[in-house]
Amino acid sequence: MSNILVFVEQRDGKVRKAALESLTLGRALAVKTGGTVAAVVAGSGISGLAGELAAYGAAKVFVADAPELALYSCEGYTAALDAAASAFSPSIVLVPGTMMGKDVAPRFAARRGVGLLSDVMTLEVENGRLVGTRPVYSGKARATVAADPAASLQIATPRPNVFQAAKADVPAAGEAVPLALSGLKIRAKVTKIEAAEGGEIDVAEADKIVSGGRGIKGPENWPILKALCHELGAALGASRAAVDAGWIDHSHQVGQTGKVVSPSLYVACGISGAIQHMAGMGSSKVIVAINKDPEAPMFKVATYGIVGDLFQIVPAMTEAAKRMKA
Amino acid sequence: MNHIVCIAYVPDTETKIKIGADGKSIDESDVKWIVSPYDEYALEEAIRAKETKGGTVTVVTFGPAKADVGLRECLARGADDAVRIAADGLAQVDSLGVARLLAAAIKPMSFDALWLGNKGAGTDAQTLVPMLAEMLDLPHINLVTKLEWKDGAVTCWREIEGAKEVVEAPLPALLAAQKGLNEPRYASLKGIMAAKKKTITVKTPADLGVDAASISGEKAAVRWTKLELPPGRQAVKLIPADDPAKAAEELLHLLRDEAKVL
Repeated sequence: MSNILVFVEQRDGKVRKAALESLTLGRALAVKTGGTVAAVVAGSGISGLAGELAAYGAAKVFVADAPELALYSCEGYTAALDAAASAFSPSIVLVPGTMMGKDVAPRFAARRGVGLLSDVMTLEVENGRLVGTRPVYSGKARATVAADPAASLQIATPRPNVFQAAKADVPAAGEAVPLALSGLKIRAKVTKIEAAEGGEIDVAEADKIVSGGRGIKGPENWPILKALCHELGAALGASRAAVDAGWIDHSHQVGQTGKVVSPSLYVACGISGAIQHMAGMGSSKVIVAINKDPEAPMFKVATYGIVGDLFQIVPAMTEAAKRMKA
Repeated sequence: MNHIVCIAYVPDTETKIKIGADGKSIDESDVKWIVSPYDEYALEEAIRAKETKGGTVTVVTFGPAKADVGLRECLARGADDAVRIAADGLAQVDSLGVARLLAAAIKPMSFDALWLGNKGAGTDAQTLVPMLAEMLDLPHINLVTKLEWKDGAVTCWREIEGAKEVVEAPLPALLAAQKGLNEPRYASLKGIMAAKKKTITVKTPADLGVDAASISGEKAAVRWTKLELPPGRQAVKLIPADDPAKAAEELLHLLRDEAKVL
């Protein structure tokens, strides 16, 4: 095992943090395998990204730059990854476990006829094979998963927001290598992107989440939580009860049939803590429970708890956060 | 329009997970099984398309004999026939292996849309959809929350971080349903009676030309070597709430100075 190729997700010419996390992880694995790290990036008008990726340790940056790659397509971006893998012959490929990465990596794995360690929260090289751990049953259990040591290529999608992103002490060469994709076949085409209102942070990527459940009583009360989100730089989450009541879009849902998250701070406001919800946020570093009911199961997993009325506590927290910043 | 819907029969989302004696799978003794919720959205959308545009809906699963209960439920909701790829007696098969089996079963079939849930509730790997699409050389659209059928094509709204991508694909295509796409129906009494007369065809991996031993247990491309419960958490530190402003102040200071997350 030696060389490591990292797929770099960019949108609008901006490299996503999860890609820098994967590059940093790739560098750590390369210390053990004795190989070098390369990056591959696809898009249009993106040749300027090589410098940034070099700072994170990419010795080579394979660039698929073409007008038809301006917007994401699984077929186009998989072709770029495949071409870079053919040129670089890595033994390990890392693809950040974002919505894009989880779309590209399995298609690429199937093309190469190999397995994929999906959504890993730890990743090591042990006896020549990749071994990771990942949440299963929406976080109710944790599986250790191992790649086939005989596989020509081992692929993993590291979970966003779990691994650190850090620049290398000494920048790598970052030699840009253009990739020409011949016979590109893109059938499923993105025609436009409809952004969510107000450029919200997505719960899946957020480092901090303030989440509301049945206790917020109705959609008219989200501004109370949003104000705290704004002060803390947090994303707005919701329990299944709040989503199923039609108070908020499903993209905010945390827990089973929603997203499994692991932020450094999770503030649960008026969420009693159904098993599906607790599974989805139970690996958060610090959990705060705010609930009127002292018997709420959320207090059993919380680091800090306040038994009280969220309509008084949450605005007071917003004010306290403002004062702290001042 | 003809539809194929792949479903997984999985532990109920409210089930408490216990670790099995082998230390790498779940203890199935008290588990209630359900059709994976995401697959229900896929099935519902296929049945709605059949109701408005005609055609058939075929359900396919890879599972042991008990999964027939799940298939029967899909037939009761309006699917026409079902195929079960028999997993009886097989050790764990990973997504790549399941994709191979499903691809082998689906390849000879004729369809306009192939449906899956965006993930199986349980393994949560989210890898099967793109793998199966690649093996069948189909375009795919993952995480579909809304769709419009066009003549020989489909437009889907796909959920991404903080936005929706509008994606167009020609048919046949593989589409993967996300929560929000629709509200799945319950089976009617009439549907349940009708389902009893519908056929479930059982095929073994060998019938499909796949050597089961080469994709399961120690030969799976990805193996679960250990399964454990998440680590326990420390007891909660309760902050008195007699004065909300004081409680909030104290909490924020603890988050900054003790937990160091602010």
